[in-house]
Amino acid sequence: MKIAVCVKQVPDAAVTKRIDPATKRLDRSGEAALNPVDANAVEEALRIRDASGEGEVVVVSLGPEKALDALRKALAMGADRAVLVSDDAAAGSDLVATSYALARALERESADLVLFGQQASDGDGALLWAAVAERLRRPMISQAAELTFENGSVTGKRQTEFGYDVIRASLPAVVAVADSINEPRYPSLKGIMGAKKKPQDVVTLSELGIEPDRAGSAGSRTEVLALSAPPPRGDTRKIEDDGSGAEKILEFLAEKRLVQ
Amino acid sequence: MSRAASRVRPSDYPPPFSPAEVIAAPTDPSGERIEVGLLVVGAGPAGLACAIRFGQLLEESPETAERLGDVPVAVVEKGAKPGSHLLSGAVVNPRGLRRLFKGRLTMNDLPTFGEVHGEAVYMLTKSTAIRLPPPPTMRNHGNYVASLAQLGRFLAEQAEESGAAILPETDAQKLLVADGRVQGIRTGDKGRGRDGQKLPNFESGSDIVARITVLAEGTQGHLTGAAISHFGLEGAHPQLWALGVKEVWKVPKPLGHIVHTLGWPLRKPARYGEFGGSFIYPMGADLVSLGFVAGLEYRDVEFSVHDVLQQFKTHRIVRKILRDGERVAWGAKTITEGGYHALPKRFNAPGMLLVGEGAGLVNVPTLKGIHYGVESGILAAETAFRALQRGESPSRPGALDGYDEALRSSWVTKELHAVRNMRQVFDKGFFVGGALASAMTVTKGKLPPREFSSEPNARHALMKTDRAKSYPAPDGKLTFDKLSSVFLSGNRTRDDQPNHIRLERHVPRELAELWVNMCPARVYELGDADGDGTVTVELSPSNCVQCGAITAKGGRLTPPEGGSGPEYTLA
Amino acid sequence: MTTLVFLEHHEGELQKGSLGVLGKAAGLGHPVSGIILGSGVEGLAADAGRYGAATVYVADDLRLEAPLPQPRVDALAQLVEEKGIETVLFAQSILSADIAAALAARLDAGLNWQLVDLEEQDGVLVGKQSALGDSVLVDVGWTSTPRLGLFRAGVFDPVETGGAGTLERLDVRFEEHSLLAEMLEQAHEETSGPSIEDASVIVAGGRGLGAPEGFGMVEELAKALGGAVGATRAVVDAGWYPYASQVGQTGKNVSPALYVACGISGAIQHKVGMQGSKVIVAINKDPNAPIFEFADLGVVGDVNQIVPKLTELVRARSS
Repeated sequence: MKIAVCVKQVPDAAVTKRIDPATKRLDRSGEAALNPVDANAVEEALRIRDASGEGEVVVVSLGPEKALDALRKALAMGADRAVLVSDDAAAGSDLVATSYALARALERESADLVLFGQQASDGDGALLWAAVAERLRRPMISQAAELTFENGSVTGKRQTEFGYDVIRASLPAVVAVADSINEPRYPSLKGIMGAKKKPQDVVTLSELGIEPDRAGSAGSRTEVLALSAPPPRGDTRKIEDDGSGAEKILEFLAEKRLVQ
Repeated sequence: MSRAASRVRPSDYPPPFSPAEVIAAPTDPSGERIEVGLLVVGAGPAGLACAIRFGQLLEESPETAERLGDVPVAVVEKGAKPGSHLLSGAVVNPRGLRRLFKGRLTMNDLPTFGEVHGEAVYMLTKSTAIRLPPPPTMRNHGNYVASLAQLGRFLAEQAEESGAAILPETDAQKLLVADGRVQGIRTGDKGRGRDGQKLPNFESGSDIVARITVLAEGTQGHLTGAAISHFGLEGAHPQLWALGVKEVWKVPKPLGHIVHTLGWPLRKPARYGEFGGSFIYPMGADLVSLGFVAGLEYRDVEFSVHDVLQQFKTHRIVRKILRDGERVAWGAKTITEGGYHALPKRFNAPGMLLVGEGAGLVNVPTLKGIHYGVESGILAAETAFRALQRGESPSRPGALDGYDEALRSSWVTKELHAVRNMRQVFDKGFFVGGALASAMTVTKGKLPPREFSSEPNARHALMKTDRAKSYPAPDGKLTFDKLSSVFLSGNRTRDDQPNHIRLERHVPRELAELWVNMCPARVYELGDADGDGTVTVELSPSNCVQCGAITAKGGRLTPPEGGSGPEYTLA
Repeated sequence: MTTLVFLEHHEGELQKGSLGVLGKAAGLGHPVSGIILGSGVEGLAADAGRYGAATVYVADDLRLEAPLPQPRVDALAQLVEEKGIETVLFAQSILSADIAAALAARLDAGLNWQLVDLEEQDGVLVGKQSALGDSVLVDVGWTSTPRLGLFRAGVFDPVETGGAGTLERLDVRFEEHSLLAEMLEQAHEETSGPSIEDASVIVAGGRGLGAPEGFGMVEELAKALGGAVGATRAVVDAGWYPYASQVGQTGKNVSPALYVACGISGAIQHKVGMQGSKVIVAINKDPNAPIFEFADLGVVGDVNQIVPKLTELVRARSS
């Protein structure tokens, strides 16, 4: 089975994230790391490949050249090949533009399964799997906590607000995995050292046949207008318990309609 | 103020640890060992300079590169990335870096915040600041302000370009020694739980074997300490350390010059053993790096460098500098302070070289060691290269002595020699020490002639005064508590790891208090009294920023799982 | 400006979150319609009208029975194109997030998510997005129509306007790929309570509980409130509660509607894991605990007295 995993490099959680007031975009100049839940997606892909004894795991990303670092971590874990769509014209892409570019890159791969991590820690790129599934015109399963395969289909168990669902989709399919699906492996030293030698392609938007008006800000349909400090949480009330603390809490919860 | 003195000394309660544990023979089957040519342990300025210089030499000698196999040079680093565990002021003397990059890069190509434009030295009391002429040892003309974490990242990129494999998130747990020679290192396991059990994603450590291993671990080097012990390389006097805690602030008004202070909040009388001072360095137009450094020979169990730093910030001259500013980074690390007298008697053993701060190469009066690290790294690379030529054997006894000769005759050793008694005299207290220090500077180390000795940091008897009363309560704007500071260091260490700190857990209360206050990251807490005059020390090892202070004061820091600890970017 | 609100339903009831968004949209002053998709759901149309929808579109089809996103994308896309709808709004849920994103791709329409508010500024629709762990509020806009907006769960409370919406039935033409996913088992309750990430109420315990036994009462309160149990790093380290319940920088990130912090000091390592909670109640005997700086209601007192009493009161109220 050929599995493509879409991964993203996000600003390191260790660095205080900030939005650059000049560009109004997330300041990505700091150190960057593989989006944590993408490691779960890579891990799942590797397990699927290793269980079947054959197949290929390709990691795909859209980002600046240094996103190769994130891709290399996936290669160090055991992925076979990396494809980076890197183009200055892609900067500032929103969901519409990003999903379009990723879908074109994925079409070239013709994977049986496309995996995403369910959430990007930097906020962008969240929900990408659904948009990409739609562009590829393939079925999707999100929030997957367990995956099994039968001939021609994939079955996913996922937790929702109401309990768990079991959904089966015909392959090729797009699946977004939750971080509860597995524990990503640590790259071995041999893996880290061998990563650089694995094939890494960098492609531009024009090589994918993407028209300039469908990329970057031009290809986006949303925009950032202004930034401001979040409203303060509101008045904090602090009271001493004089024996009626519990009652006061209940009153408060009732006021906020948090209890019947 | 109570001057209760006890006879409790941290060294009376040694941790359950023996350097011999760190030495081992290779255990992986030979097919599974990772083989490299030159192995460098630690991606700091010394280790990276060594890797870069070695790469330069290999460029000119492709046959040597061939003979070293697939991976001629590898640098292992326990932090998440190169730079993650690097912390310094820093004002860098460019001498070593210029030599390293001669003909390729100039200082303008390196990430720095520009040259030093003037400096001021103050003697502080609680309310006053008296300007002193900078002692000759503190003149910084021609030096550059830099963030060592940033510089480390840059040097790592250079090392990669020169052909080195950089392996971050890789801790060196053991030094591989067999047949009387150093053969490489064993890296640590990953994916063990709190009780040492193997978690589902457990990954065993590996043996990395190398023709030559360069230990560039910096302060409190784990393998370095064990190697010095194993090969009998101890110097004439015990090694000493200071603890530095620093912050980086974003400020609206740029600071034009660098500042050093002596005096308050440290106490002058010799019996307290409080030696150190502060630094405040401008980093470009909108950042300021400031820190407090204090020798770890202090006696008072309530002494806390982090809190002294917070106290220091309340002085009017510091308030002025930080006005309307915002704290953006924090970190802590020990600094090797033994100087010339504590240098190991040899810097090499069969198959091994010691470079940088781990080898004791820090100039205490000038607070500089980065340039020594770089220079020693260069010399080590050159020796290693020669020893790996056809017909040479690097593990032959004496094969690497060329490094010692080069280092001993270099400007590094000359400078260390000139200031060799500077640090120890301050054991006598500030005033006496200050006078002696001046005498030394003026006579370039020739007077006074006797060698002053110093006790190891852990051997000083403890006392308790009410020092903690003077620490400011954290206000979250100018002064901060330890936990929120640890957060700002980027520390996200996995919690359910085995404890990496070796410590005697049942100790007299004063000793427990010493550790609780000493640790800038609040790793230690007072537990229950044990009923026989001792208390239990509780630990939160995942707070640890691996500063190394505990090793100087009665415990032993070992490297936790690779990738743990702080992620400094501006330190 | 025509606005359509996707109304999610479960077990015969329209979801509170969707109704809240409906009320918000109606409050903007333009005609608002709602859409209900499922099988045997016509009866829900009346509720939609009562909560603000002037028109209620209903597509009743067996192929919409299972709560799967892609057939719903077909319905919405069709309606948007047929009626020239300019704005489509959703309340966050696992289902609606998938629908909104896929619809954005289908229509090449801008989608802004994590919205906490919506305004009209000089006739232009502007969304308020809470970003970067709630540390910054971003004004976001759309550069074309249709505009898609996904609101954070529970930001608006439903408001009964007492209206009646006009019912319009919709016949959906499904795309081939939309029918390639099949629901085999749906909404099975797990025997344990909600997982901490999905819980809308979390009762969490810290060192202030005094002893591991303190978690007994934390669990009771959680059960009474229908929520999950959380724990701080300190107590997990000490072995009082499992790591899976740890909330914080190195544990889980949660943003429930209600977070009750029992004996928790509120150090930043914990705060960053739960500061997105809509309402925070803290009980701690230390009046200087940092948690009181950001709790909506802080009670300085003994958790061992207050928590069991609160549990009793909650139980009494719901019976």
